[in-house]
Amino acid sequence: MDFELTPDQASLQEAIRAFCDGRFLPDVVRAIEDAGGRLDRGRWRELGETGVFALRVPEDQGVGLGLGASEAVLVFEELGRALVPGPLVATELAARFAPAAVTGERIVGLVDAHDSLVVVEYPDDLDALLVIDGDAVRLVDAGALAGVDATRPLDALTPVRWVSDAPAGGETLGGPALAGDLRRTGRALTGALQLGIAARTVELANAYAKEREQFGRPIGSFQAVKHLIADMLVRSEVARAAVYAAACAIDGRSDDDPERAAAVAKVVAGEAALENSKACIQVHGGIGYTWELDVQRYWKRASVLDTHFGNRDECAQSIAVMVGTRG
Amino acid sequence: MDLRYTEEEQAFRAELRAWLVEAVPSLPAEPDPDDWDARRAYDTGWQRMLYDAGYAGINWPKEYGGRGATPTEHLIYIEESERARAPYIASNFVGQLHAGPTLIAEGSPEQKAEHLPAILRGDEIWCQGFSEPNAGSDLASLRTRAMRDGDEYVVSGQKIWTSYGHIADYCEMLVRTDFDVKKQAGITWLIVPMETPGIDTRPLRTMEGSTEFCEVFLDDVRIPVSNRVGEENDGWRVANVTLSFERGTAFVADVMETQELVRDLVDLARHVTSNGATKWDDAGVRRDLGRITAELDALWALTKRNISQAQRTGVVGVGGSVFKLAFTELRHRLGETAMLLLDRAGLSLDDFGNLPTGRHVQALYWALRMSIAAGTSQVQRNIVAERVLGLPRER
Repeated sequence: MDFELTPDQASLQEAIRAFCDGRFLPDVVRAIEDAGGRLDRGRWRELGETGVFALRVPEDQGVGLGLGASEAVLVFEELGRALVPGPLVATELAARFAPAAVTGERIVGLVDAHDSLVVVEYPDDLDALLVIDGDAVRLVDAGALAGVDATRPLDALTPVRWVSDAPAGGETLGGPALAGDLRRTGRALTGALQLGIAARTVELANAYAKEREQFGRPIGSFQAVKHLIADMLVRSEVARAAVYAAACAIDGRSDDDPERAAAVAKVVAGEAALENSKACIQVHGGIGYTWELDVQRYWKRASVLDTHFGNRDECAQSIAVMVGTRG
Repeated sequence: MDLRYTEEEQAFRAELRAWLVEAVPSLPAEPDPDDWDARRAYDTGWQRMLYDAGYAGINWPKEYGGRGATPTEHLIYIEESERARAPYIASNFVGQLHAGPTLIAEGSPEQKAEHLPAILRGDEIWCQGFSEPNAGSDLASLRTRAMRDGDEYVVSGQKIWTSYGHIADYCEMLVRTDFDVKKQAGITWLIVPMETPGIDTRPLRTMEGSTEFCEVFLDDVRIPVSNRVGEENDGWRVANVTLSFERGTAFVADVMETQELVRDLVDLARHVTSNGATKWDDAGVRRDLGRITAELDALWALTKRNISQAQRTGVVGVGGSVFKLAFTELRHRLGETAMLLLDRAGLSLDDFGNLPTGRHVQALYWALRMSIAAGTSQVQRNIVAERVLGLPRER
């Protein structure tokens, strides 16, 4: 039993962190925001070249790296930390069916058709849509998605369009088993993005609490503030354990039920991302509420991610069904 | 990252499981909780069985008679003991997990020879004399004084929260030997035989009615200097060496018990009805129990992560504080969820309505205790904030 990263896993995570550090600096993120959240295709291709979407694609498909969810969550944690915008999880999930998605040539979005209200993210940038419903998974050419755009999206980095119905047609990729597999892996990878947010906001709050002085002392010396930050670390560490454990379960490297472990990761990491980003704004005080600082962007992204693959309440309900139908 | 157990670990589990299947049913009936002589006999009897089978001192080094198990094997040991419903470590706790490891690290050859085998065999019960009425979270401010008189220390003062003080043979005690220095620099660690004249031990009744805690009053108690562990005034460091023995296993049994509590509560929810529907029909109840399950699963994963870290690096570090904080707070929420679900069945510690309700009320008491014991949640937050995150101290 070993929870620690292998040397290869650790260097993979370091490499992706170094890659993000150079490319998604706060001013770059703000430029994307100013462009209405439209994705920069050059940067998306760079993500593809780095192998972000190739991780779990089998090696025999030529472009794949043949790794597992254990490696993917480490990479996605870093993408979450760096606030990298775009349909990252959807494109990753679609990659083994669409080679052009692997390289970053095609941007693939996702619609979970069990929702009565269909809201598509990045509608103007999508080349294809992965449509998951209970019975089938389809890959649909995005074309023109008719609908109503949000003029003021909650997260300026995540433009959204309300479309009346999930797009029909397209290529059927699989049935209920594949739908279950994609939801499960989607929860774990989204959990990893949420973990990245949870962990990064602890660092931001901690650094600010040491530097900001009021009443003649760093605000981080006050227990009312330091206890907030301690609770943030607790949440991110618990979330890390849950996300990594879910990845191991999906890879068959544990005795846990992957279905349950993935839902657990989504609940715990989702809660950690939301609560930590909120607390991070609180620690920053008034300046945290300004457009200039990134801390509010983490809360906005956390709010978006919670709605993916079932929010924390829906995941909790599905866990309850799993434990309640036993014996 | 691979959470599967190795072949050696699986072999250890199989061997232990086979032994437990034979050993546990051979135990006498559990004694009455207030019959302390019987409880001592029961606890030490089990300890002797462990000793004879080679499982005593599971995490102690082999050279001191222990099993020398890895942290993962220690995890397996607790898991299997829980599954087999083996007795808890109970009154052997301080000897096995605190005083023993301290003697291993800091004791003289004579002290080791006298006490370590006796602790392993179940011949000695130890208790802890650290806290005082005015030295709780601020333990280093303790004032029980030990004045040197020739080859003896003369000890006077009062200790509190001394679990099993009334049945212990020895007490690991922190005393003040210097009042004129920084508070941590004037403390000494002593082995105090509980039979020594001048010691008065009085049970303290807890809010749940149990009597394992004691107050210990010391009035001119004469302790040989040879009972000192480490140097005079070096006791604060000596008391902290057990931290380096921590392997992330401290709450394994408690997490497993909590998993069972949650499973039980789900079953209860499916049987308790209100206005013609079961509690389980209520989506709010399902969501609350689903969330608690999620957090508990995550804490089980964190337990394994802490243990893995200890296995790789030798220390669990601050993972322990992070874990205790999250776990005890979760137990509070679980207790509150249970009380809402039980409603008026929660007014009794005995089972009501032919349903196993009492244990959930008992579990809420445990939560109230554990967010205070061994470092309150507030102290744990200070530890996390100051030692991990490097935030400045308040003063």
